[in-house]
Amino acid sequence: MAKRGDVVIDIEKCKGCEVCISACPHEVLSLSSEVNSKGYHYAVKVNSGCTGCANCAIVCPDAVITVYREK
Amino acid sequence: MSENLVNPENLVYKKTDAMTDRVLHYCPGCGHGTAHRILAEVIDELQIQDQTIGVAPVGCSVLAYYYFNVDMQEAAHGRAPAVATGIKRVFPEKYVFTYQGDGDLAAIGTAETIHACNRGENILVVFINNGIYGMTGGQMAPTTLEGMKSSTSPFGRDVKSMGSPLKITELVAQLPGTYFATRQAVHKPANVRKAKRAIKKAMEYQKHNKGTCFVEIVSNCPSNWKMTPVQSNEWMEENMFPFYPLGDIKVPEK
Ligand SMILES: Cc1ncc(C[n+]2csc(CCOP(=O)(O)OP(=O)(O)O)c2C)c(N)n1
Ligand code: SF4
Ligand code: SF4
Ligand code: SF4
Repeated sequence: MAKRGDVVIDIEKCKGCEVCISACPHEVLSLSSEVNSKGYHYAVKVNSGCTGCANCAIVCPDAVITVYREK
Repeated sequence: MSENLVNPENLVYKKTDAMTDRVLHYCPGCGHGTAHRILAEVIDELQIQDQTIGVAPVGCSVLAYYYFNVDMQEAAHGRAPAVATGIKRVFPEKYVFTYQGDGDLAAIGTAETIHACNRGENILVVFINNGIYGMTGGQMAPTTLEGMKSSTSPFGRDVKSMGSPLKITELVAQLPGTYFATRQAVHKPANVRKAKRAIKKAMEYQKHNKGTCFVEIVSNCPSNWKMTPVQSNEWMEENMFPFYPLGDIKVPEK
């Protein structure tokens, strides 16, 4: 079984570009309906399928995603 | 089951300390941010943060000195390779890089680019090719594709009157002073990993003073291309990559 992972998204720095969403192989991410203080919809987790692959984090132009993966 | 994985032991990726915590001023989805980050990660991984000096251009990345957590110098438009030449010659043991857009590097700074490479200056040139002048409103650049619309070629670039798009990386690769030339992208995870490896190689070569290392990154400009970031990345794959194919252009002889 794939290892489990988790992501923490700094929603105030997110610009809602959606590049992370298309990079996630497990469709874990989506855009919020809420906006942050700059008015951007931000990336949110919508399921627990994260494997901690870090694909989303390494394509995020604004380096707002931190990734964890079980040992 | 909902055991919390978010603890330092399980950390696999976080923003590198070789970048500052400032919020990037770039438009949403702009490749400049990703390109900055992988360069900063290389500096971090090689543990050369206190030995690296960067030179910022004029263009959207004019504020690069706010974001790289290393010593930085701003250059006049297009002159970054000349400024980097001076820095490297005074501090030959430092790692010196320029970070430049296509307007900066391939239009106003063409002379500085070519002559720095021709002299084989031991610097790394990171070249962001988004086919346009981003900062000033999407004017045509030397790199603008044939038929590509820009604010100064609203009907598309006509090569008869405007010349052909300039493959400056292939051009500098011809020069004996250029040690390593490669073209990469940073829009997808696999590309980011590859581009980072290329930058790392280039930084490592600098230790041995073999000549100029030139890393082009074909990138997007969602704002001036008037597309969403994801659309702009698809457009880039379909239109930019056929003319600007990714991969190494000049590799060191064994
Ligand atoms: C001497 C001089 N000429 C012209 C300008 C206007 N100018 C500012 S940025 C720029 C082009 C930037 O384009 P590029 O290098 O492709 O970078 P991008 O903004 O796309 O990242 C120009 C022409 C200037 N600032 N100084
Ligand atoms: S890639 Fe980064 S900035 Fe863009 S939506 Fe995802 S988390 Fe936000
Ligand atoms: S770490 Fe991988 S699986 Fe988890 S959200 Fe990011 S891209 Fe998806
Ligand atoms: S104008 Fe284009 S190149 Fe400049 S920050 Fe915006 S998207 Fe990036």
